Amino acid sequence: MMESRRFISRTPLHFTILVFAAIWLIPTLGLLITSFRDPANIAGTGWWTVFPKLFSGGQYSLENYIGVLRGEGLARSLLNSLTISVPATAISTFIASFAAFGFAWMHFGGRKILFMLVVGLMVIPLQMTFIPILPIYSKLKLAGTFPGIWLAHTAYGLPLTTYLVHNFMAGIPKDLFDSASIDGASPFMTFWRIVIPISVPALASVFIFQFLWIWNDLLVALVYLSAKPNVAPLTVSIANLVTNRGQDWELLTAAAFVSMVLPLVVFFSLQRFFVRGILAGSVKG
Amino acid sequence: MAEVTLTDITKRFGDLTAVKDLTMCIEDGKFTVLVGPSGCGKTTTLRMIAGLEEVTQGEIRIGDRVVNRVPPKDRDIAMVFQNYALYPHMDVYNNLAFGLKLRKAPKSEIKDRVQEAADLLGIKDKLKSKPRELSGGQRQRVAVGRAIVRKPKVFLFDEPLSNLDAKLRVQMRTELEQLHHKLKTTTIYVTHDQVEAMTLGDRIAVMKDGVVNQYEAPQETYDHPVNQFVAGFIGSPAMNFLPARVVRTSGATKVTADGFDLTIPAARAGEFPEQVIVGIRPEDLDGPVSDEQNVLIVHVTVTEQLGHALLVHGDCGGQQIVASLDPHRSVTIDSVVHLSVNLETLHLFDFESEETLM
Repeated sequence: MMESRRFISRTPLHFTILVFAAIWLIPTLGLLITSFRDPANIAGTGWWTVFPKLFSGGQYSLENYIGVLRGEGLARSLLNSLTISVPATAISTFIASFAAFGFAWMHFGGRKILFMLVVGLMVIPLQMTFIPILPIYSKLKLAGTFPGIWLAHTAYGLPLTTYLVHNFMAGIPKDLFDSASIDGASPFMTFWRIVIPISVPALASVFIFQFLWIWNDLLVALVYLSAKPNVAPLTVSIANLVTNRGQDWELLTAAAFVSMVLPLVVFFSLQRFFVRGILAGSVKG
Repeated sequence: MAEVTLTDITKRFGDLTAVKDLTMCIEDGKFTVLVGPSGCGKTTTLRMIAGLEEVTQGEIRIGDRVVNRVPPKDRDIAMVFQNYALYPHMDVYNNLAFGLKLRKAPKSEIKDRVQEAADLLGIKDKLKSKPRELSGGQRQRVAVGRAIVRKPKVFLFDEPLSNLDAKLRVQMRTELEQLHHKLKTTTIYVTHDQVEAMTLGDRIAVMKDGVVNQYEAPQETYDHPVNQFVAGFIGSPAMNFLPARVVRTSGATKVTADGFDLTIPAARAGEFPEQVIVGIRPEDLDGPVSDEQNVLIVHVTVTEQLGHALLVHGDCGGQQIVASLDPHRSVTIDSVVHLSVNLETLHLFDFESEETLM
């Protein structure tokens, strides 16, 4: 009885939320529907006209997707995006976890200053690093290579990543380390067998953060991959597509969804870690 | 099994001296309790013995070995923490086995030891559970189990029962006693609870401000406290302290104040300064009033019926006192009662130094 009354009193709230959700989703829905229609239909009628006959198959096709993946080479770009994002995220999370542990639980001279320095690097705008770094990259022949961009993304991501993981690790009860010390664990063993397993929520959320950021990045890719088509990620390819085939909405919408699928999957499947990870520093249980 | 010897141990944290010139010998196989109020240095001392804190000055020996520079894992000790410190991502079996695994003990030996400890502590059916699935008492047992499997020379307990509810605490206390009786390992136990100290300890070290005030068997500490602090810390409800004057009349020594006029038995009398503090335990006020002379005149303010005793709070010549009486005695609030004083267990403390005079 109480619950239904509460539900009813919250109706204005629910309604407002639904309205906002609709406002956000409707354009996306439009794009999704458009991506399945052929060019003639798109040019002739609005996407909302499908609604009366929503489920009749004939008006939909996968032509656009095939065209964009095969014809415009987005399949290759998808692979490139993966090749860039996964290793870069993995390396950066890996290094950050070691660094965070060192800053949180090991005692060495200059620890505080070094930590502030690393986190302080967040202040530097990306754009300012391009001009100094590119000549170095050219000399080292890293420009236009995957290792080059992995290095770049790792460096850009480390300050925030280290900070977030450190936040979590610093909250681990000291007792646990005392106990491990008495049990006979070396610092590395403590790190590997105790801290890392406990830190999984924080590491997972940091991984997601980084992954999504790198996947959606256009600028760093453009700069460090010198727009070479065979290593271009989705972001670059789609940007080019907009330039070259700007009027071909059927291709653009299909391309947009190709680039969205993976992050959506990653986000929804690991979402519980993400939320837990954000709170991980605040509530220790 | 080994004895632990502390010689002139001092621990400083910057300007703060937590432990001052502490010298004591913890005997092999005995259950020694470090007890005292918060901040007295008992946990710091324990942690220095464990190797978790560095010793500023002094020497710690386990057996014959000086262990000041020896890391915790090589001291052959095991510790049970107040918050259990169980590894949350491992099940009970792995929590118990962790230390042994790190020392590369053979799998069969690990299995045997873990089963043995689990058996002893009654957690055999919980070996596959994770800590978060266990109750507080079970977690504490796992923490104790982790110490047992290592078969160390010394057990160190840091207020292990503080996080348990009252009933569980009593139960675990008896279990720890039985465990000690079985294993006979040298044990050093830190607590702020004097009941735990009295019931568990073979010897108790009462500490205050980094100094051990008294280090003796529980009964001895209760009967003959060396100073006012120990007298007031051990025993519950706490001893009553009443300022008084010493009056010497022909052949008799008396202590007098507004609420009483007590004659000290000749056998116990000695050279006393004029100002003293009289110490009387609440339970020593329960006797039959044989002579009207040696009583406390108390104006009753509160009574508390415990079932096994009646606690009477009142005012005696301006001082607040507590008496622990037979539960069937009828005492009414605002009445004036005469409480008989047990002269054989009367304590006298020096007004200035708080040392025991008698």
